[in-house]
Amino acid sequence: MTATWVAVLVTAAGCYAFKLAGLTVPQRLLASARVRRFAELVPVALLAALSAVQSATSGQSIALDPARLAGLAAALVALLLRAPFLVVIVVAAGAAAALRAVGVS
Amino acid sequence: MPAETVIQAPARPTRPVRDGVGLGLAVGVSGVAFGAAAVGSGLSVWQACALSLLAFTGASQFALAGVVAAGGSLLAGTAGAILLGSRNTLYGLRLAGVLRPRRARRLLVALGVIDETSAMTLAQPDPDAAKTAFTATFCTLYLTWNLATLAGAIGAGRVGSPQAFGLDVVGPAAFLALIYPRLRAGRTERVVALAGAGIALATAAVLPAGVPVILAAIAALVGALASPAVAHQPAPDSAGADPVATDPAARSPS
Repeated sequence: MTATWVAVLVTAAGCYAFKLAGLTVPQRLLASARVRRFAELVPVALLAALSAVQSATSGQSIALDPARLAGLAAALVALLLRAPFLVVIVVAAGAAAALRAVGVS
Repeated sequence: MPAETVIQAPARPTRPVRDGVGLGLAVGVSGVAFGAAAVGSGLSVWQACALSLLAFTGASQFALAGVVAAGGSLLAGTAGAILLGSRNTLYGLRLAGVLRPRRARRLLVALGVIDETSAMTLAQPDPDAAKTAFTATFCTLYLTWNLATLAGAIGAGRVGSPQAFGLDVVGPAAFLALIYPRLRAGRTERVVALAGAGIALATAAVLPAGVPVILAAIAALVGALASPAVAHQPAPDSAGADPVATDPAARSPS
C-alpha cells in the first residue's frame, strides 16, 4: 500500500471519528464557549491558509502565476455576485484556462 | 455555518423531503469539482472515490488533495485535513439531541454529520421532521456527491494537461467559496482568515507543504480566546442566519 493510500484512509478514519465523537461524547464536554468558538474558527483559518498557499506558492517557494491569480479573482467576483458554488468553480477554472489559451502563463 | 444560527431561522412551513433532496442534489453535484481537482493533484480515481465514500466532508478532501499536489508532507496534510473536520463534532453534538440514534444506527448516522445535513436537520420544527430531513439530505447528498466525484475524476483523467483547463485553480477557488459565508459573519472571522493566510504564506518557504496550514490554526486559537462569547450572539446580518432551504444552490459542500 502506498503512502498516499495510507494518508487517504487515515484522513477518512479521522474525519469519521470526529463526526462519531459528536454523537457519542457527553454534551457538556464541548459546552465551553471558547471551545465552540475555536471549532468554528478553525475552518476559517485553515481554509484561508489553504487558499493562499495553493494560489501563491509552487513547491516551497512563493510563485505568482498570473493566470491562477486571475482565476481566483474571477472566483471572488462570482462570489460577490452571489453565484452558486459550482458556478464559482467553473468561472475560476475557465478564466485561468482562457488566459493560458491566449498565452498568459 | 454555526449550528445555533440555523435554529434561529424564521419559522416557515417545512418540506423536509423536498428541501433535503433539493439541497442534496444541488451540493452533491459539486463532487465533480472535487473529483477533477483530486485527479489533477495526482490522486488516483479510486483514491478520490475512497475519500468521498469514507471521509465524506468536502473541505478535508480538498485539503488532502492540495497537499498531495504540492508534493508536501503527507503526515501534515493528513493532520490538516482531519483538523478541518473537527467542526463536525459540534454538529454531531447538536444532532445527537434531535436524532437520538442508537448503537448500530449511530455508526451510520455519524457518516452523514456535515454542514448541509446539520443545517437542514436543525432547521426543522420537530424531531420527526428533523429525522426525515436528515435522512433525505444525507441519502441524496451522499449518492450525488459520490457519483459526481467518480465522474469528475474520470473526466479529469482524460484531460491531458490539468493546467490548460485551469484545474489548478479549482482547489483555491473552492476554499474561497467555502469560507466566503463565514467571512461575512463577523470581523473576527475576517481577521482570523487574514492571519491564517499570512502565517501560512510566511512559513511556506521554510516548512514542508501541509505544515504551514496547520500552523494557521494558531490564528483560530487566538481568535477564540479573544472573542469567546461571539458564538452565542451571531450578527443579525450573519450569512449563517440565512435559512438554508431558501437558496440551496448557494450552499457549498462542507
